[in-house]
Amino acid sequence: MTQDLFEKFNPILNSYNSIPSGENNPFTVSMEKVLSPTTAIINGRETILAGTNNYMGMTFNEECIKAATDALMTLGTGTTGSRVLNGTYNGHKNLEETLKKFYDTEYAVVFSTGYQANLGVISTLAGPKDYIVIDADSHASIYDGCALGNASVVRFKHNDPENLEKRLNRIRRDDPEAGILVVLEGVYSMLGDQAPLKELTTISKKYDAYVLVDEAHSIGVFGKTGRGVAQEQDVEDQVDFIVGTFSKSVGTIGGYCVSNHPKFEVLRLVCRPYMFTASLPPSVVASATKALELISNSNLRSKLLQNSARLNNGLDDAGFDMGTTGESPIAAIIVGDQKTAIAFWGEMIREGVYVNLALPPATPNGLNLMRCSLSAAHSFEQIDFMLEKFIKVGRKLGLLQSVTERNLETA
Amino acid sequence: MTQSVDEIFERISMLIKPFNKKNISISKDTVFSIDLELDSLTVMDLLSEIEDEFDITVPLNMLPDLETVGQFTEAVQKLLSEQ
Repeated sequence: MTQDLFEKFNPILNSYNSIPSGENNPFTVSMEKVLSPTTAIINGRETILAGTNNYMGMTFNEECIKAATDALMTLGTGTTGSRVLNGTYNGHKNLEETLKKFYDTEYAVVFSTGYQANLGVISTLAGPKDYIVIDADSHASIYDGCALGNASVVRFKHNDPENLEKRLNRIRRDDPEAGILVVLEGVYSMLGDQAPLKELTTISKKYDAYVLVDEAHSIGVFGKTGRGVAQEQDVEDQVDFIVGTFSKSVGTIGGYCVSNHPKFEVLRLVCRPYMFTASLPPSVVASATKALELISNSNLRSKLLQNSARLNNGLDDAGFDMGTTGESPIAAIIVGDQKTAIAFWGEMIREGVYVNLALPPATPNGLNLMRCSLSAAHSFEQIDFMLEKFIKVGRKLGLLQSVTERNLETA
Repeated sequence: MTQSVDEIFERISMLIKPFNKKNISISKDTVFSIDLELDSLTVMDLLSEIEDEFDITVPLNMLPDLETVGQFTEAVQKLLSEQ
């Protein structure tokens, strides 16, 4: 027993303290200047941003910046209130109207972050007698939404319809009256794989479960008007709730949930992560509204997926152990051990490429990843530059064979 | 179908085998996080195997109280008896 609240963190602190300090430390890096959606000055060097989730490059879109600037100048820097206490401006309502149009749904509720949208919706919808059934590889916000609520939480094997069915079957067998919420993601962010929504929603409906799909990494990226994977796989009529974020394709911050359920709006009265936090600042609301309008009519999706294919194929051809396939805007290579992964990250930043170091437990299956999220704003030249640096560092650290080794092998 | 605690313990011990990297001997006092050095995600994977082995639902909510193999065994027995 100990009175020291911090003792439990000793293992993680020891592990952290073994990481090299200075510019090689992935946890202390900061951007001195941001030049564009894809470039910044880091450690005094112009650096390509390869892991920003800025899929559409919206952060510097001129129309979005103009909308945000106008709102900032006329409405001020913040609302200083929650949505239910002086924090709802016309802009917030207008953004919700824009979301309804974007998704063609009856209802939309805007939250202050995507994390809070999941936290709020999941913890509130499923009560003490209900069940939440989640994919094993769910994002932290989904796990935390479960932890905040009072429902029984059951986890099924990642993207495995048969494993989901076993669990739903047992829940229904033991409790025919239970409310069940199945929570899925359109694209899983670490390995970029899509959920087989057709199979998963069909099974969920067979057991009279509600389905929530988190499209955080797929809004703007998939579907003919950019609504996400549910639209892409033509299963929107099987999905009861779509949650998403403005912090990726939409280029700012904020979260939302849309639905056609006739009682959906009651969330505004009962959902604590909606009620007990300040609402989004007017400038954020304005740029999100503008970006949503732009996304539904844009052709950036094909450019984005071309970029992803170029990097994924290049890394694969170079001989890296791939975590991703290129089916989404994520490209990740698997690095054997954590020490090499941290070293890889440090070499890349010094070469002028800022990738994501992704480590367990944030990654599935204990993988250490060098993760990139592509943007439609990346040029092919930038992607080829990333590729060149990946290969250079991969050879230096022994993940790839050197040129001489290759020649010897083929000789 | 009633099963004795010992039978359930034996079946759970079998399921633990692939997770027992150091090949320690398993008793009812074995602690998952310390003796088997399993992280929380791995314990959830093991939980999945146990659900399928016994055809029961074990909500994740129960995990904080299930630190040892013995506690797991008792929880499974209780869930089976409630069916």
